[in-house]
Amino acid sequence: MTPPSTSPATASERFRHRHLLGIEGLKADEITYLLDRAESYVAQNRQAGTRLSLLRGRTLMNLFFESSTRTRMSFELAGKRLGADVINMSVEGSSIKKGETLMDTAMTLNAMRPDVLVVRHSDSGAVALLAQKVSCSVINGGDGAHEHPTQALLDALTIRRRKGRIEGLVVTICGDISHSRVARSNIQLLNIMGAQVRVVAPPTLLPPMVERLGVEVYNDMRRGLAGCDIVMMLRLQSERMNGSYVPSLSEYFHFYGLDRAKLAVASPDALVMHPGPMNRGVEIDTDLADDIDRSAIAEQVEVGVAIRMACLEALMAHLPSIAPQESRP
Amino acid sequence: MSEPTAFVNARLLDPASGLDGRGTLIIESGRIAAAGPDVKPPHGAEQIDCKGACLAPGLIDIRAFVGEPGFEHKETFATAGDAAAAGGVTTFVCQPQTDPPLDEPALVGFISRRAAGACAVNVFAMAAITKGLRGQEMTEIGLLAEAGAVAFTDGDKAVADAQVMRRALSYATTWGLPVVQHVEEPSLARGGAMNEGEVATRLGLRGIPSIAEVILLERDLRLVELTGGRYHAACISTAESADAMRRAKKRGLRATCGVAAHHFALNETEVGDYRTFAKTSPPLRSEADRKAIVAAIADGTVDVIVSDHSPQDQESKRLPFAVAEPGIAGLQTLLPLALELYHGGHVALLPLLAKMTVNPARFLGLPSGSLAVGVAADLVMFDLDAPWRISEHGLLSKSKNTPFDGRPVQGRVLRTLVAGETVFEA
Repeated sequence: MTPPSTSPATASERFRHRHLLGIEGLKADEITYLLDRAESYVAQNRQAGTRLSLLRGRTLMNLFFESSTRTRMSFELAGKRLGADVINMSVEGSSIKKGETLMDTAMTLNAMRPDVLVVRHSDSGAVALLAQKVSCSVINGGDGAHEHPTQALLDALTIRRRKGRIEGLVVTICGDISHSRVARSNIQLLNIMGAQVRVVAPPTLLPPMVERLGVEVYNDMRRGLAGCDIVMMLRLQSERMNGSYVPSLSEYFHFYGLDRAKLAVASPDALVMHPGPMNRGVEIDTDLADDIDRSAIAEQVEVGVAIRMACLEALMAHLPSIAPQESRP
Repeated sequence: MSEPTAFVNARLLDPASGLDGRGTLIIESGRIAAAGPDVKPPHGAEQIDCKGACLAPGLIDIRAFVGEPGFEHKETFATAGDAAAAGGVTTFVCQPQTDPPLDEPALVGFISRRAAGACAVNVFAMAAITKGLRGQEMTEIGLLAEAGAVAFTDGDKAVADAQVMRRALSYATTWGLPVVQHVEEPSLARGGAMNEGEVATRLGLRGIPSIAEVILLERDLRLVELTGGRYHAACISTAESADAMRRAKKRGLRATCGVAAHHFALNETEVGDYRTFAKTSPPLRSEADRKAIVAAIADGTVDVIVSDHSPQDQESKRLPFAVAEPGIAGLQTLLPLALELYHGGHVALLPLLAKMTVNPARFLGLPSGSLAVGVAADLVMFDLDAPWRISEHGLLSKSKNTPFDGRPVQGRVLRTLVAGETVFEA
């Protein structure tokens, strides 16, 4: 199978950004373009031994200020499948811990001339700040409670593959909306693509004026799930369960954990999604998570690699070319 | 004894007496010898033609942080003095959140000596209310007052404990000095980086609710009523706070309040894409709050306008928004920003200037802030209408953290005098 060809000129016209810092600012046609490209990579990734050369000679750096396994690995795999050299850098054991500032780190890495930086940071806005200081392309791998664009894109692709469309679907996002970058990116993307978005959470886990982001707000999970096509569960961090935001783990699961009884009010073929890692028995019933007919959790991970390949390809189109005819005097 | 100097052809503005008219001002031995429409320059006096420019009492800014001691890399008395002089500010009151904090009488003495040698303008100090600014034990309020402290405040920290606040208000009455509060309930503001609301939610930043301000303010006003103490809310920023102050004044409480220039000049949308120069404490608020603050300035609820000068070096600002230091270097931009309220038709000129001259002077118990005969000749001469653009490169503060870079304003300082000596000339 030959890789679907797109000329760089076309790609840069269809995706008009040097960085991917968030869903905010993207247009429906750009999102569709990324999803289409990722779709073709999904098929290709299922072939054994596929390794493309689109990013040959390019360097992808994963810079993770916050621990992550799946997002980092997903980007690593995406980069390698496209032929890039991939370097991982995590905070542990690096000079960041010794007090080097974010900006100093940016300058240092920039001097090593990577082509693409994938950055995750615990502070909202940190990735955009870093992007101002480097000359390469930057992909936001998650910043604080702000955005996680590649997660929203892979969720969109999963939905589209299962439901054939995004427009017109009712999507209910449940859980810690307040601290969730996944929720913010998804709310924006789903609105851009014409879905109807609901959020379900106790009032303490809803950010103020969240309805202004274009969502219907529910505190009662059954009402929020009624008739919906997609259920997106969010992870609840354990430190928020012990009386600070919700009274206890068992109370949270009782009212906001997804089980078959609550899911029964959703559309009969409603799809269950989770960005991972799951807290089984906290936000999702364990046998539901493993139900291959209802849960798309494994598929989300699979298409995640393809989405990241599509993003790398789209940003590639804006990098200065390393054309073979280029010769030094 | 020096020869007298006559400023002729000036538009004399004296909020204390209500004077606004063409006239002459005479300085002799560093003091105002005469000022008025009918004043004639004495024989042999040096004459300075103001060509119709405004001549007003120099501005008095009662809330300006200087980095000495401990944060000299952000601001020194020398650089703060230069910025003040260029901004027409002839007196400012420095804040105690230094390192070490100004919680001992000897440190207040140190400030006076340092400032006298290095600073182009007059400097007074507010001392800490509590030891180490920890909000628990009262400082030596009486000894600090004798050492020259003009008021007590924990700077950018609120005194959260009601009992501590009650005792400080009560104890300070003996010296008649005000207790100045940073009005923000810490348990509601903790971890917050900007005003709570839609913008914060979109940016994924934890918000500081506007209610955090009025809750502490209302509590304090009850304590003022109980103790009969003198109380000043340093910088109010919300509509509810303005209402609370309005009611307190009607009830005759000894409570006053200030507003920082950025709270009537900007709103929360200035944060935009995580601009840390727009991070302040209290945070920039909603447009409705901003309008309410303008109205509170216009109706006299607000007593003083301050710069809330908070110089921050690049390392403190070039950070993710949540961890960047709050604050604006505002000494030099106080006058043009305040004049926006006049040019915009919101506040008349004399009442506006009163909030930066005679009102803060009375608050501090100083004789200055007016053009009265015998008062030290601390003056600002400015062109009321001259248009210009604020530029961070033009700031004389050691730190250039201003969100107003490039902002077009009207009203330019031409000359600043302290005790009759020119300390700035455009």
